Amino acid sequence: MMPGMGVTAAEEPAVSGPETTDLHVLVLAGGLSYERDVSLRSGRRVLDALRAVGMQAELRDADVALLPALTADPPDAVVIALHGATGEDGSLRGVLDLCGVPYVGCDARASRLAWDKPSAKAVLREAGIATPDWVALPHDRFSELGAVAVLDRIVDRLGLPLMVKPAQGGSGLGAAVVRDAASLPAAMVGCFAYDSTALVERYVPGMDVAVSVVDLGDGPQALPAVEIVPRNGVYDYAARYTAGRTTWHTPARLEPAVAEAVAQVALAAHAALGLRDLSRVDLIVDSTGQPHVLEVNVSPGMTETSLLPLAVQAAGLDFGRVIGNLVARAAGR
Amino acid sequence: MVAGVLGIRDRSRPSSHRGDVMTGTTLDDYTDRYARRVRGMTASEIRALFAVASRPEVVSLAGGAPYIAALPLDAVGEMLGRLGAEHGSTTLQYGIGQGTLELRERICEVMALSGIDAACGASPEDVVVTVGGQQALDLVARLFLDPGDVVLAEGPTYVGALGVFQAAQAQVVHVPMDDEGLIPAALELAIAEQARAGRRVKFLYTIPTFQNPTGVTLTEQRREQVLDICERAGLLVVEDDPYGQLGFESEAPAPLRARRRDGVFYLSTFSKTFAPGLRVGWILAPHAVRDKLVIASEAQILCPSAYAQAAVSTYLGTMPWRQQLKVYREVYRERRDAMLTALEDLMPADTRWTVPGGGLFVWATLPDGLDSKAMMPRAIAARVAYVPGTGFYADGSGNGHMRLNFSFPPPERIREGVRRLASVMEQDIAMRRVFGAVGEPGARRGRTGWDAPGPDLA
Repeated sequence: MMPGMGVTAAEEPAVSGPETTDLHVLVLAGGLSYERDVSLRSGRRVLDALRAVGMQAELRDADVALLPALTADPPDAVVIALHGATGEDGSLRGVLDLCGVPYVGCDARASRLAWDKPSAKAVLREAGIATPDWVALPHDRFSELGAVAVLDRIVDRLGLPLMVKPAQGGSGLGAAVVRDAASLPAAMVGCFAYDSTALVERYVPGMDVAVSVVDLGDGPQALPAVEIVPRNGVYDYAARYTAGRTTWHTPARLEPAVAEAVAQVALAAHAALGLRDLSRVDLIVDSTGQPHVLEVNVSPGMTETSLLPLAVQAAGLDFGRVIGNLVARAAGR
Repeated sequence: MVAGVLGIRDRSRPSSHRGDVMTGTTLDDYTDRYARRVRGMTASEIRALFAVASRPEVVSLAGGAPYIAALPLDAVGEMLGRLGAEHGSTTLQYGIGQGTLELRERICEVMALSGIDAACGASPEDVVVTVGGQQALDLVARLFLDPGDVVLAEGPTYVGALGVFQAAQAQVVHVPMDDEGLIPAALELAIAEQARAGRRVKFLYTIPTFQNPTGVTLTEQRREQVLDICERAGLLVVEDDPYGQLGFESEAPAPLRARRRDGVFYLSTFSKTFAPGLRVGWILAPHAVRDKLVIASEAQILCPSAYAQAAVSTYLGTMPWRQQLKVYREVYRERRDAMLTALEDLMPADTRWTVPGGGLFVWATLPDGLDSKAMMPRAIAARVAYVPGTGFYADGSGNGHMRLNFSFPPPERIREGVRRLASVMEQDIAMRRVFGAVGEPGARRGRTGWDAPGPDLA
């Protein structure tokens, strides 16, 4: 191992032994969320990766056939590749707990907390972790108090530009950068199409990075940060899922000291929210090198163009072995 | 070593992404090598939302699938089995590029029903069998469109045609319609405008009967006018007629090809009258063009599926297909009525819709200020799906409209879907009342993605 390096492939935790290849893993993907399509892609990727390391894995939707199947043939562990409410709001994890089936990832309570961005931001701020100033408002409040008056206060207080996004949800759906007050109402309407509560944040300019955190048995570790440079400047749905529309730099082009600070902030966020096994922390690094946490994902995307698989590869690890390790540990719980 | 921070990768290890520029990757090593026609083929959040519509909880009014369950599947299945068991040496073999003579003769019998017969020059010799109507469209585009050429088409028009024309790097100019179909005066105007701009218009693409997406039918009188206008302007007509035999009340006006033998390409398919899974369509072309169509088709696919062709020939030759058409018409008429009644009962004020005399679709126009594309996530949350109007325009307009399908869901599901849709619209109206009139967030120009579902969505 070279000095200054973390875990490399040479000391990668082994997962293929007779005891782990016998594991029967259920990968959950699909669901009824806006991100069904993304989830199905994540699920198939995870399935392939697990099979490649010799595990018995199958893919299933979270539908009315799920619980009978769990009862009839309980898997040794579940991998939740569901994005959106079903996979991330904690409810499904609660049901898996009821069934006594272990799963990869954090428990229901932590999941619910991280899923609701305003709640998660409050926890992060209490823990002393920088996150952009925000206000979260349900749509009812605008009709009660008058949209113009409320929007004016928001602009006065948070300034421009602003980031508007659904309080719950992912993949950039319903999110918009607002650069002038006149386009704020449209952004609010667009956001409220996805969720009944909007999160309006001060927009922090800087480098977009995502830090994946995994715990392979020695406590949570930060993988190399991935820097996101969308070709058109906006990391929207098309930029995320059309290969070629975004350039990812792994590791992010950060000074070593800043890279370390970013990793530590991601680990702190993971810990503050009480997360387990894996998460992805999305941050902005401003021009002074200060990281600001935007949100934390408990069921990060696993598609070909997703950030966690990129980070795993950048760390010199094998995606299948990492997921397999998490599965083996979950099965032992 | 930094505690708790996994290592930066060993740079001496070879990168697995050849596209790496310094440390960057786009995850697509081919980015700089794509042909120009590939631009615009991007992920679409609207298309992604349709993924949910395949779940049984969602009432899908977004599809375009025929109600295959109305077929006598036992008998059809037995017939398909025999085609393999008894005729496998031909049905599982290559065939000729133009398609089997037997099927082309049957196709002429089918066309004769709508008035395209030997008297107007329809001959099996001039029929080319294609892989669904879609390949027929692609062949026409291949034969006639150079990059930059203009295609005139109804606004709105079939989304699959827009994809073909975009891939041919042609520009689609929409000609407005009303309840009687394409507006002849607007067609003349469009032709004149293109001529003034010095652009080359190659053909008019039209679905004159029970159009997709509007369900509107070009009237008898306008058919003659449109043909006259095109003839005067030297414009070819590509007539797409998948739905002409699915009329509910009376026979549809005769197709354009039944009225003119020159300058009209007639495209149709067995997807709506028999089974889309077989992928059998055809094109009836002027004699001179036929050979080129066959050569182009052989370059694409060598030959259409011998098995699928045999299935259609046998179906037409041995099974009561005219009776089956009646069954489809009956089923669809009942469902159309269910949809129209539900719309009448449940839609918010100022919503308008077409009253199709056949086909599979109703086209709804939303109250002012509503945006069908922006409303999609709200609809998905309410467990109902439709296709936003933007999918049917080459320029990304159409967000004040939506296409509703009535062929697949049973009547009570249609009503439930319309009920959910109405409530979604009421919510959106309330939201817009709060925030005032707003444009589309981050409004974009032009066609940026695919706002329509894939073919698998029922």
